[in-house]
Amino acid sequence: MQTILRGTSREVVIDTNGPVVIIGECINPTRRKKLVTTLQEGNFDYVLELAESQIKAFAEVLDVNVGFPGVDDVKLLPEVVLAIKARFDIPLCLDSPNPKAIEAALKVAGGKCLINSVNGEEKSMNALLPIAKEYGAAIIALAMDDEGITHDPEKRLKVAEKILERAVRLGIKEEDVVVDPLAMAVSADPRACIVTLDTIKLVHDRLGLNITQGASNISFGLPERDVLNAVHMTLSILNGLTCPIANPEKIAVTVRAADLILGRDDFAIRYVEIAH
Amino acid sequence: MNEILGKIALCIEFGKINKVSPYPPNMKDQDGADELTRQALDAGVKPDEILENALVPAMAKVGEKFSRKEIYVPQMLMAAKAMNSAMVHLKPFFQSGETKRKGKFIVGTVAGDLHDIGKNLVAMMIEGGGWEVIDLGVDVGTDKFLKALDANPGAVIGLSALLTTTMENMKQTVTAIKEKHKDSKILVGGAPVTMEYCQKIGADFYSPDPQGAVNYLKALVS
Repeated sequence: MQTILRGTSREVVIDTNGPVVIIGECINPTRRKKLVTTLQEGNFDYVLELAESQIKAFAEVLDVNVGFPGVDDVKLLPEVVLAIKARFDIPLCLDSPNPKAIEAALKVAGGKCLINSVNGEEKSMNALLPIAKEYGAAIIALAMDDEGITHDPEKRLKVAEKILERAVRLGIKEEDVVVDPLAMAVSADPRACIVTLDTIKLVHDRLGLNITQGASNISFGLPERDVLNAVHMTLSILNGLTCPIANPEKIAVTVRAADLILGRDDFAIRYVEIAH
Repeated sequence: MNEILGKIALCIEFGKINKVSPYPPNMKDQDGADELTRQALDAGVKPDEILENALVPAMAKVGEKFSRKEIYVPQMLMAAKAMNSAMVHLKPFFQSGETKRKGKFIVGTVAGDLHDIGKNLVAMMIEGGGWEVIDLGVDVGTDKFLKALDANPGAVIGLSALLTTTMENMKQTVTAIKEKHKDSKILVGGAPVTMEYCQKIGADFYSPDPQGAVNYLKALVS
């Protein structure tokens, strides 16, 4: 199954059989104070710098999150989207808890965006699915709902199925639903990552959808975080992860190594492109 | 007597819960915090001595090691489990009022935020500092904090947020609490939070690590 995203004209195909597409995570103010201060001043240089460095590091889609205290993201998110669009032809993943900000950004974004994210709560589905349908966007279906976060992979699958059903009923194409199985810190719960890996496998086997995850925090509270993240990424890819939201500067080599080893990179072209 | 308190402290510091627990491997088959606390009470050691001279110093050590990055989150959680297995034996004395704790601490992650690891670490460290902790859990709205404060007047409040998008809700909660309970003390923490933000929203204290919160509370009551 293929999820096709589009920038101004460039198409990015995320295929359930790979290769993996990296959604760059770095345009996000959490732990990046400089982004907050520059955006507060209405200065988009740093956002564009982050976009450029991620594209150079082989991100094929960019996550855009401009949430911080006091922000009017209904105004700022579309402004940042336009600034990125003016410089780069790359599909965007619009990341905000505020559906109004998502809608405002979709109005100006053009192409085909990914919405990050719709969860299984009624409120979330009711607010975002109609917007996704209206603007022809793909969605990330986050495997949690009104009952919170479950640690049972079968139940996470059920939540993803529920969002998929509701989306399809509204006329959103099945292939435009990308599932986020949820990833949590393994330092706090030794089973946190295996639950995620099992969920990825279930979603891949039973729903056949593309799968994303923001997994840089699985290593929170432990040493050698890059190693943990790389191992978790590799095992996730083996189980069916196809479009992680991650820092390409840290993970792109690992991702392409995984593709090569899984037989999805003829003549090691993509691996050599990045690793030589 | 000091010997058994020292042993309890070691069990907590290294996360030896009870005799059957295989962790840490070098303490296998030894009595853990559970058995030793029971033995201490049976031998006539006062519960407040166990709290003050075993649990509190052990958890302080754990907090300091964590601040210096000598141990990590899993080791902290092991220590917390060992502390809880000792605490179980002390709880009846807290309930009867025979042993007094230093005060009450209400804690939760703010509305919209489900990330609870940091909050849990702070809660366990403060409990290990000799305080009664009322943990309201995750995604806690302002009303719930206010209700808990009404039920526990004078309690210190701790607010946690991991995301820049939920940090905003900290401000609302702090404002509402300060409006109703002018003298209450509020601690804030979490990855995006800074001392500057703490001051800006009118909270009383910010610490980048759990031990800082424990030290602040200690100073409040001493």
